[in-house]
Amino acid sequence: MGKARSAGARGRAPGAPAGARGGRARPSANPFEVKVNRQKFQVLGRRTRHDVGLPGVSRARALQKRTQTLLKEYKERDKSNVFRDKRFGEYNSNISPEEKMMKRFALEQQRQHEKKSIYNLNEDEELTHYGQSLADIEKHNDIVDSDSDAEDRGVLSAELTAAHFGGGGGLLHKKTSQQQGEEGEQPKSRRELIEELIAKSKQEKRERQSQREDALELTEKLDQDWKEIQTLLARKTPKSESRGGKEKPKPDAYDMMVRELGFEMKAQPSNRMKTEEELAQEEQERLEGLEAERLRRMLGKEEDEHIKRPKHTSADDLSDGFVLDKDDRRLLSYKDGKMNVEEEPSGEASSSESEEEEGKGSSAGDPEESDGPDGPSGLESDVESKDESERTQEERRPNAGERSTADDRETARAELPYTFAAPESYEELKSLLSGRSMEEQLLVVERIQKCNHPSLAVGNKAKLEKLFGFLLEYVGDLATSDPPDLGGINKLVVQLYNLCQMFPEAASSAVKFVLRDAMHDMEGMVETTGRAAFPGLDVLIYLKIAGILFPTSDFWHPVVTPALLCLSQLLTKCPVQSLQDVVKGLFVCCVFLDYVSLSQRFIPELINFLVGILYIATPNKQSQVPSVCFDCSSDDDGVKSCSLPGSLEQAFSGLWAGGLKAQTETEANHTRLSCLAVCLALVRRCVTAYGTLPSFHDIVRPLRALLTEHLAARSCPPELQELSRSILTEMEKQPKYYRPLVCEKSKPVPLKLFTPRLVKVLEFGKKQGCTKEEQERKRLIHKHKREFKGAVREIRKDNQFLARMQLSEIMERDAERKRKVKQLFNSLATQEGEWKALKRKKFKK
Amino acid sequence: MEREAGPGGARRALGRLVEAVLANRGKANAVFDILAVLQSEDREEIQEAVRACSRLFGALLARGELFVGQLPSEEMVMAGSRGATRKYRVWMRHRYHSCCNRLGELLARSSFQVKELALSTLMKFVQLEGEHPLEKPKWEGNYLFPHQLFKSVVGGLLSADEDHSLLLCQFREYLEHDDIRYHTMQAAADTVARATDGRPEVPLTFWNNAFTLLSSVSLPRQERAPSSFYVKHAELSDKWKVVHLREHRKAFQQMWLRFLKHQLPLRICKKVLVITHDSILPHLAQPSLMIDFLARACDLGGAVSLLALNGLFILIHKHNLEYPDFYRKLYGLLDPSVFHVKYRARFFHLADLFLSSSHLPAYLVAAFTKRLARLALTAPPEALLTVLPFICNLLRRHPACRVLVHRPRGPELDADPYDPREEDPAQSRALESSLWELQALQRHYHPEVSKAASAVNQALSEAEVSIAPLLELTAFQIFERELEKKGPEPVPLEFIPAHGLLGRRADLCAQHFTLS
Repeated sequence: MGKARSAGARGRAPGAPAGARGGRARPSANPFEVKVNRQKFQVLGRRTRHDVGLPGVSRARALQKRTQTLLKEYKERDKSNVFRDKRFGEYNSNISPEEKMMKRFALEQQRQHEKKSIYNLNEDEELTHYGQSLADIEKHNDIVDSDSDAEDRGVLSAELTAAHFGGGGGLLHKKTSQQQGEEGEQPKSRRELIEELIAKSKQEKRERQSQREDALELTEKLDQDWKEIQTLLARKTPKSESRGGKEKPKPDAYDMMVRELGFEMKAQPSNRMKTEEELAQEEQERLEGLEAERLRRMLGKEEDEHIKRPKHTSADDLSDGFVLDKDDRRLLSYKDGKMNVEEEPSGEASSSESEEEEGKGSSAGDPEESDGPDGPSGLESDVESKDESERTQEERRPNAGERSTADDRETARAELPYTFAAPESYEELKSLLSGRSMEEQLLVVERIQKCNHPSLAVGNKAKLEKLFGFLLEYVGDLATSDPPDLGGINKLVVQLYNLCQMFPEAASSAVKFVLRDAMHDMEGMVETTGRAAFPGLDVLIYLKIAGILFPTSDFWHPVVTPALLCLSQLLTKCPVQSLQDVVKGLFVCCVFLDYVSLSQRFIPELINFLVGILYIATPNKQSQVPSVCFDCSSDDDGVKSCSLPGSLEQAFSGLWAGGLKAQTETEANHTRLSCLAVCLALVRRCVTAYGTLPSFHDIVRPLRALLTEHLAARSCPPELQELSRSILTEMEKQPKYYRPLVCEKSKPVPLKLFTPRLVKVLEFGKKQGCTKEEQERKRLIHKHKREFKGAVREIRKDNQFLARMQLSEIMERDAERKRKVKQLFNSLATQEGEWKALKRKKFKK
Repeated sequence: MEREAGPGGARRALGRLVEAVLANRGKANAVFDILAVLQSEDREEIQEAVRACSRLFGALLARGELFVGQLPSEEMVMAGSRGATRKYRVWMRHRYHSCCNRLGELLARSSFQVKELALSTLMKFVQLEGEHPLEKPKWEGNYLFPHQLFKSVVGGLLSADEDHSLLLCQFREYLEHDDIRYHTMQAAADTVARATDGRPEVPLTFWNNAFTLLSSVSLPRQERAPSSFYVKHAELSDKWKVVHLREHRKAFQQMWLRFLKHQLPLRICKKVLVITHDSILPHLAQPSLMIDFLARACDLGGAVSLLALNGLFILIHKHNLEYPDFYRKLYGLLDPSVFHVKYRARFFHLADLFLSSSHLPAYLVAAFTKRLARLALTAPPEALLTVLPFICNLLRRHPACRVLVHRPRGPELDADPYDPREEDPAQSRALESSLWELQALQRHYHPEVSKAASAVNQALSEAEVSIAPLLELTAFQIFERELEKKGPEPVPLEFIPAHGLLGRRADLCAQHFTLS
């Protein structure tokens, strides 16, 4: 009971101060009833809520409420029957009062309708008008419903006014005469009059309506007439034309010309043409920006900086590599009287762009390779590819019927189709490419790329992403074939680069996949045999390609860092067993150094490997060189330098896997010397790169020992001796400074202070210095405590109230009993008195 | 005896013979037939014969029908005029002996099944003989065990000709029993001690067998009532040596010391050292006796000396051994190959253990640190990821060594004062140097190595970094980890367009290689 009421009690509690406030507002509050809560001291900014209270008022209110609820309950505590309010929707708060009333009304009606039983014939439905019973209206029947006639509102007819107000000079006579005339038939005077009035007004109304209809008809007729005249008056107005809408007059040449001119783009002011220097500068700026970006990544500082996008991309960019760099809006033009709407192959822009790239790529071809057959063929393919792309464009145009421009070269290539579906599997790609010359293969790849440009269709992006993987695989195949088709790979690299630029994610995952494959094989071999052989040419090519496609100087890069680890594995896990291995190892070293050429990072494995190579090449191995961590298991086949004074070439060809098969002794010696030369060149490179490292001299100590030994042996050709001598002097030249290390100063830990901590008070009355959740929690705890206390207090008061009631009941009962007893005694006393009096009377008698 | 065809026939024939011998003493000569089959070459027949022998002599032993006591020679007894029963018994005992000898031979060389069968038969004989001893007890409660027979078993197991590792696995089951273990240790000690007698070169197989047997002996950690005896005894006397763990330990120690006394092959040596610290040293009665072996192993170099150092460390640490050159030896072990060998993880684990004391002198720790840093200049990334935190840990443990990374107002030098060739850490002047190598490694190509090396740039945190998870790191794992890592979303691309495989002019590859 208390619980159920506690909610109600709470509802009451805030009511009391409200009353108090109300009381304060009222000037008539009894000053003796007001209790002022005195504040000990004033705090600025604190809101005081309970400075005055009205204890008497609130107590009375509470008492009243209790008598209304609690007392009632108490009195009905033994009663089992209750009154139930069955009015429709009385306790349903979901229904708005209007709805409730409507529904109740409907129910009532229904009930009445149902009540029409066969026994109750008389009962009739009470008709109402505007909520008033018609029967009532009948009673005072002088009410004239003027509102019913909406059209006459505000119109006062003479009769009406006369009837209503009984005024009006001339009419008065008439009326009086009428009255007099009708005086004869007196009995239904007023009623008849009114009826008459009504009939009249109705008739009037009908008349007016017919009048209006006539007027309307007339205006319509007039309108039509006017129209006829109008057509005669002005034959050509746009309105009439549009209304007529019969046939379009043929545009004549002049009109067309005028309109065309109107639609033609106004020559907009464009940027002025840039001079050569400006263009160069712009390019330089772009490169500088990219270089800055690269440097930032190299230093690995990107953790906290926000990642800048390499270039601006618009919000609508689909990131499909499509760049709109030409204004390809078409002029509206007429042709044979029709608007000339041309269907434009949308791939044109991009294809021309890639064409440009292609052109750039091959025209700036490598000067190194000009001696091979690739040079001219490259140019040729370049020219052709332009032709071809133009033709593909043309072909795709639906009604570009004839291609008369076919020349002989084209007919030679006529068997190549112009469109290719993107291959779905590697086998498909291989079947597309197999049996064709390199130029044709390139062409095929290029066409696949163009036909499936991502801007052309939805699925093309995925297709081309797959194409990258297939091409990579194809490159691997080319590299492992015998003899390896390096020229083809060289060309395909450009394609790979272009694809990579378009789909960085897919490309990186494809390269990663390839690397993982290679490393997995190697790991398997290491686990079974403890060492691994140098991998085939394909892995080396992949590593090289990874360096071409991705920036190698980044501090961390998702592709390049694994590739670096892969290279390191090749240098540490693969023992040198033959001259071929030496060549491969040196190639790996070259790739490795290329990777770090910009960032100048330190590679211990590389130094180890070079030391190992030099060690094998030492003529008489009495060296006291500390055991190098380098596995050379076959000394006999090593790079023994021999006394052959053969011409030394820096660039030596034929070093690839296939090129070392049948060698004469002289050739082998030549190769060995070349290897040594390359090795020395790499050492030199390392010396220049690592010269600034603090412990440079410790790093190159083994190298130096070996080189001096080489020099001492004097078995090498003079060029090599010269080279090693220069390396040694360069090593000596490097600064030998050893500055003691000093840690960076860390921020000093602040001392503990005794001054009070000042916290800004943001809002009074709120718990400070904790999080939002904590605050909320504290607030809820506080609220719960307050509520609980309040409920306890209310229950206590309820009990007191009840006890008081019970006590008063008992008192009442007692008083009643006393009264009755007294009454009894009284009556007994009087009886006794009477009896005694009677007795005395008798006695007297 | 007529031969019947097939193994089944042979079995039946042998069975009949055995029945006959057991039933009737008069048919005793049939034993010769059985023993003849035992000499056969056919494997099946031998197996049948071994089973038959097992049944026959097992029954005879159980019945006590063999002569007990010092065995007189056969001729003497036959010639003598003692009772027929005694003659029979002596004769039968001689047959039993020849049977055991043959079984011992079979144990040394034959197929595995036969060996297995012979071993189990012999062990059965050992058990029965132990229960019904063939010698007279010298006094009441004398502990008797068939020493001769068991020695021949162990001798057969420690064959010099064949690898018995499988058989020894079988034998390990018997070693569960306290008495067998004790006597095995004694027998093995004898056999091993006499291994090099009269033989200049002991084959590797012998050492392998011996090691397998020795390593499979494992003593209980603490004294408990010896419960499991292979030979069942009515009651155990407290006076028997076999009952006490102390005696077991003595036997164990003797066995191992006799084994290690020899010039062992390197592989065996390594194997021994691997188990030294947890299965040999704790069980020895006097562990410091191992010092000879360990010191010898320590001088061998490489992995062996590292393992020996582990044993030495335990002796120093737990048994109060004085070994002054310990850290000098450890220092000597640090050479460039340490990062490339297979036992790298173990090495660093142990090095961490050896250098874990905070009471080591600063010069020593500085020398180690400097040496490790110097070696790190040639290490692969996976090793660097171990050794760099290791160095940082050393610096944390020994604040006196922090001068290596933090020496404000130090004089600028023109050479590294540290002498890498000095063998004595005290003379290496490492404390005067600085860890420039770490500064160089901050430019390492691998980002994590670079970060690890940069840790010394700031003041080191107090808490040490546990290197345990880094020890087993392989290059392939690092590679995989790098592949898995997710980078910033757009993969950065090279902005210089490619012109071919050897495209760029400044390319080293392009300078030195061409396509053809």
